[in-house]
Amino acid sequence: MAQPLTIALSKGRIFKETLPLLAGADIVPAKDPEQSRELVIGSNHPDIRFLILRASDVPVYVQYGGADIGVVGKDVLMEHGGEGLYEPLDLQIACCRLMVAGRDGSLLESSQRLRIATKYVKCTEQYFASRSRQVEVIKLYGSMEIAPVTGLADLIVDVVDSGATLRANGLVPLEHIADISSRLIVNRASMKTNHARISDLIQSLKQTIRDSNSV
Amino acid sequence: MTILEPLVSFSMITVTSDLQRWRLPDGVEEILPESAKRLEHLRRAITDLHFSYGFDLVMPPMIEFLDSLLTGSGEFLDLQTFKLVDQLSGRTMGVRADMTPQVARIDGHRLDGETINRLFYLGTVLRTKPEQAGGTRTPLQFGAELYGHKGIESDLEIIHLMLDTLDLVKIPELTLDLGHVGVYRALVQYAGLAEDAEAKLFNALQRKSMPEITDLLASWGITTQSRVMLEALPELNGDVTMLAHAREVLGDAGTAVTDCLDTLQDIHAALHQRSSMINLHFDLAELRGYSYHTGVLFAAYADGASEELARGGRYDDIGAAFGQARAATGYSADLKQLAKLQADESPAELQQSIFVETPTAPGASEAMADLRKQNIRVVAQLPGSGLTPASTGCTGQLVNRQNQWVVESV
Repeated sequence: MAQPLTIALSKGRIFKETLPLLAGADIVPAKDPEQSRELVIGSNHPDIRFLILRASDVPVYVQYGGADIGVVGKDVLMEHGGEGLYEPLDLQIACCRLMVAGRDGSLLESSQRLRIATKYVKCTEQYFASRSRQVEVIKLYGSMEIAPVTGLADLIVDVVDSGATLRANGLVPLEHIADISSRLIVNRASMKTNHARISDLIQSLKQTIRDSNSV
Repeated sequence: MTILEPLVSFSMITVTSDLQRWRLPDGVEEILPESAKRLEHLRRAITDLHFSYGFDLVMPPMIEFLDSLLTGSGEFLDLQTFKLVDQLSGRTMGVRADMTPQVARIDGHRLDGETINRLFYLGTVLRTKPEQAGGTRTPLQFGAELYGHKGIESDLEIIHLMLDTLDLVKIPELTLDLGHVGVYRALVQYAGLAEDAEAKLFNALQRKSMPEITDLLASWGITTQSRVMLEALPELNGDVTMLAHAREVLGDAGTAVTDCLDTLQDIHAALHQRSSMINLHFDLAELRGYSYHTGVLFAAYADGASEELARGGRYDDIGAAFGQARAATGYSADLKQLAKLQADESPAELQQSIFVETPTAPGASEAMADLRKQNIRVVAQLPGSGLTPASTGCTGQLVNRQNQWVVESV
């Protein structure tokens, strides 16, 4: 008898792009979270359920065993630190880049202490430390693009997809920090106590990704 | 001169006001009677079990000079250790964050180093940070260490002792995770990885981040053979059949690896009788405590719990800094964490409790003393307090019937 499995997902792009991968493993959620207010959603298996969470909470739930596995962007994972988690698989979905952006590149050339607005505080500190630059980080929760325009910060660090939001607010991408895609994360203890079921799922997801790449 | 003051004193909120004197620091908790009774009952059972295995209790000090506390394999504890200055000597002292190095010092410096020492310890440790956010910073750590024997027999003795301890807690579904640091060490040596490369690989391996591991290995000029083996390592986990697969994949690395696999296979065989009760899981990339472990690693997990309940392994040479390097194997756990798992057991069942309404009546005190000698809990009424058997957790009461003190159930 297989043990129950709880999968943590965030609404929106990650949920939509994860569905086809899970369907390859014959796991289909019973409801669309965009249509329902329920945060715990069943599936076509009686013992598999989904938790619908904020993206930044997904690693937290998986770390504490509230969910066995989850899908989360590498940006959120780097910011969380990944402690107590396994991240065995790059799902190659919801791809974007983590970038430094600003009104122009001249500030990066100067030696002044820069103020950076971002919601990725740890990633930003690490990145500038690795470039031997002392910076002041201002934590924001959204609409980072306005910070340089209003003088709150000199530059921002944020995920960039097409770059349209940056352009619309008079910013340009300046430096590339990391390529971002969604990762499968697994609770350490679940990987050991529910090994057969989780490793089967990983193998199946891997196969689906391989098939879709070869098309 | 101006004294800098905050514009808005948000800090006032965190300053202890008269109303908040009850507040405890994060990760510091007190244990109330019901839980304390269960915990103490479990503590006694665990102590007795360790004595029955021939382990002797030692009580290392709560606080000592930092340099001895962190000597040898203890460096990893530096960040976890609270420090203060000793006003007598002017030296920095540390409050123990882990008792294992202290017990190793006792073995290496204070006891006969020619013989086998089996030591058991139990006490509160203090940590600057909880192991998990929201977790405790004051675990009640206990454990057993066996010094002076190198071989699977002593590892097995510790594993059996650890599993017997967990049996006392009555965990329904238990998984024992087994690994061996020698496999990874041998593969790193075989590949000839430099120290900083090895550190990066170790970090990615701890998270089983396949994409990062693949990228890292491809970026280094190591042989295809080494690359294939190191890339396979994070996926070498599962039940005992994985070991045979590992033998095929890692065979090229020679006896340094196959000896480790043999050891794990032997442990599996030796635990066979127990294996109907527990689920055995092997993970060759499990490297917890890699900086000081030298051999077999093991950890026990309960279904549905996100933290291990107990963990241990072989850590030969730990005593070197205190006078003599000794073969060593042991395990440790947090008694508070285990006690929480048996929360469903009612404390009333642990010890019989009798209530006495008239403790000052003639003959009552003798009858109460008799009961107490039989290890029965006797609770006396106090004038004007209105206690009842129910309010004091008693299932019986001592009453005088025809000049005889007898116990009646309530």
